[in-house]
Amino acid sequence: MKKLILGLVAAASVANVSNATARDSISVVGSSTVYPFATVVAERFGKATDFKAPKVESTGSGGGLKLFCKGVGVATPDITNSSRRIKSGEFEDCQKNGVKEIVEVLIGYDGIVLANAKGAAPMQLSRKDIYMALAKMVPGPDGKLIDNPNKTWRDVNAALPATKIEVLGPPPTSGTRDAFAELALEGGAREVEEIAKLRGLKADQAEEIAAVVKKLGIESAWAAAVKKKGDKAKGKDVVKIIGRSVREDGAYIEAGENDNLIVNKLVANPNALGIFGFSFLDQNSDKVQGSIIDGNAPTFDAIAEGSYKVSRPLYFYVKKAHIGTVPGIQEYLNTFVSEDTIGPDGYLIDKGLIPLGDDAYIDMSSGAKALKNLAL
Amino acid sequence: MTDSSNTASNDSMPTPVEVDQARAELAKRRAASLKKRNAAEKRFQWAGRLSIAFGIACVLFLFTDIFSKGISAFTQTYIDVEITFDAEQLGLTPQSTEKEIKAASFGSFFKKSLRAQYPEITERKAKRQLYALFTSDMPLILRNMVVADPSLIGTTQTISMIADDDFDTYYKHSYGKNLGPDEKISRLNEMQENLVHQLVRSGAVKKKFNSILFTNSDSREPELAGIKGAIMGSILTLFVTLILSFPIAVATAIYLEEFAPTNKITDFIEVNINNLAAVPSVIFGLLGLAVFINFFGMPRSVPLIGGFVLTLMTLPTIIISSRAAIKAVPPSIREAALGMGASKVQTVVHHVLPLAMPGMLTGTIIGMAQALGETAPLLMIGMVAFIVDAPSGITDPATVLPVQIFLWSDSPERAFVEKTSAAIMVLLTFLICMNSLAVWLRKRLERRW
Repeated sequence: MKKLILGLVAAASVANVSNATARDSISVVGSSTVYPFATVVAERFGKATDFKAPKVESTGSGGGLKLFCKGVGVATPDITNSSRRIKSGEFEDCQKNGVKEIVEVLIGYDGIVLANAKGAAPMQLSRKDIYMALAKMVPGPDGKLIDNPNKTWRDVNAALPATKIEVLGPPPTSGTRDAFAELALEGGAREVEEIAKLRGLKADQAEEIAAVVKKLGIESAWAAAVKKKGDKAKGKDVVKIIGRSVREDGAYIEAGENDNLIVNKLVANPNALGIFGFSFLDQNSDKVQGSIIDGNAPTFDAIAEGSYKVSRPLYFYVKKAHIGTVPGIQEYLNTFVSEDTIGPDGYLIDKGLIPLGDDAYIDMSSGAKALKNLAL
Repeated sequence: MTDSSNTASNDSMPTPVEVDQARAELAKRRAASLKKRNAAEKRFQWAGRLSIAFGIACVLFLFTDIFSKGISAFTQTYIDVEITFDAEQLGLTPQSTEKEIKAASFGSFFKKSLRAQYPEITERKAKRQLYALFTSDMPLILRNMVVADPSLIGTTQTISMIADDDFDTYYKHSYGKNLGPDEKISRLNEMQENLVHQLVRSGAVKKKFNSILFTNSDSREPELAGIKGAIMGSILTLFVTLILSFPIAVATAIYLEEFAPTNKITDFIEVNINNLAAVPSVIFGLLGLAVFINFFGMPRSVPLIGGFVLTLMTLPTIIISSRAAIKAVPPSIREAALGMGASKVQTVVHHVLPLAMPGMLTGTIIGMAQALGETAPLLMIGMVAFIVDAPSGITDPATVLPVQIFLWSDSPERAFVEKTSAAIMVLLTFLICMNSLAVWLRKRLERRW
């Protein structure tokens, strides 16, 4: 035991020495959705310049921001990738821990697809169908929200086949799941008249809110919203709660974060649908096909021009305090935002990233190169 | 089983006929019972055989599945292309310095050379599709060739170019086979497939042994990805694990077996060591994260920390097997040494330890093999990362072989499926070698008393 303790102390001192010397490679953490893109840039950056290739870890968007906001210093990452925008809570956390100046870079978009095996009939869905099929609470016959009773797609929409609702998707820790819940489920929920009305109500319209809440029978969700936001609770907050909760009775199957696994399961079960990022559909287009959502198939062009609605922005955040301390951060950022990388013909586009529009690209790249500070 | 219950109703001796009858009955019952017992034994044996057959079938299934998927990763498609290192176009002479060569624009040179071979391709999109047949690193490879040998400038060379993963997959799995549209694995378009066909007919396309798999580290381009970095990371991590865990475990085992008094404290320690052996490995990862990284502030993703965490994990395994090995040394050897006047330490170091060493080494190798296959604890300490450069020391960021398998299995590119299986094959080879070594050591060095 003594030896163990001695060993640990000795090892700790060795490591402390190595830690005190500055890092010579950039440390990148964050979203597993941005990971396949960031790694390509990191690799090319390492080969094309004299800097070492950055180390990229896939920790998930939330996990990455947590590490990123822990503080300033070589023990913390320099850059975090995110498949959603930084939340105000996370931003405050960063500020509190001394990470004052952050540069936000929007690199492009990623479509989220609902796919099934090739050979099965392609599904034609609306966002409302998706909401009715997968949300925990849906409007019942009397207009009140009830636990989702729909068993087959035909229960949702008479035009759909009478197959069982079986959707394989990522677990709640995933950014893909968050985005899917927000864009597809909540997007569909808003097409329910009463919910749309509720969403428009401000915090000071307490009476109207109470009336709609009563009509929908969602007093408990409203109570949760009030508990979270206090007096400032608006209609929007309660819509977030009811719109984004996924049913838990087995129709939505959590299939882990491995998208290849979902693809394989879809091939084995032609009746099931799976949720994953567009780049996986792109790479596996011989095995699976994307469902048409609101009249648009998930194609490159439809996502880029915004007509395919279930898509989300991809970001990375740079810790300004580390520029100059860790070599190569500025150069990595410049490489990442260059036309060669994420321009309309860039190599990340070949990997399945959906590029920004021309104006958005110019805005973003000039802001990023000038290291404009993020303010929320 | 006594069955001499006579028919003692008449108070008389049984007649010989009766005795014979009883005997015959007995023999019949014995025969029946024997048949039953034999049948039971047969059933039991068959159950055992079936279990073994089931086990072997599972292993065979696993191996054939991995083997059939992974074997194609050991070859790589190359395309022979004639390239003229035009001095004027590159702006270089054979006397150019390394710096000048590095600054030259090999990207556009490579594209121009390709276009010169296919003057009929003029449309911009088609040109891009032509370039896409070759690995994106080709300009860099050409540049490095010229850096290594500047006299190439001005000459024409036939260069074996690495095919892109889409070309490679198509050529290996679908080319020249009459497959339906659903079976065909191809991300190439019609024009590209025609180009491939032309190239194959001209004899320029060759499949060679994929040495890249062993000489490159991780890459996002499947055709350039290799396991060198992961193997280096595994070696460094296991080195740290071995250096720390072997002496600590052996010292613990010797003290507990030979010196410690048997009391409540040692009982408590023993129970805890056994408990520790049953703790899921991910918990050691969490401990490592909390203690080494958060408390001591050590860097993430380095083999040093990986080694620490795996040491915690392998310690109980080695301690338990070392104690068993020490216990197996007969007491007469200790008594003889003590009787000759040796001290307790001398007895242990000169006699018990050498005799127990084979058993200890076996336990250590098995513990190391376990550590080699571990991913979960390393996930916590940031060793699951994309790292391009192979590590050269224990404080360089690194990943290990099983993590590499995990990362590749999660990659969208189709060509990583075969790479994943190939990496599994390499890992299995290592594990089988280590376990065979353990068996061999035990057979070879173990002494029986």
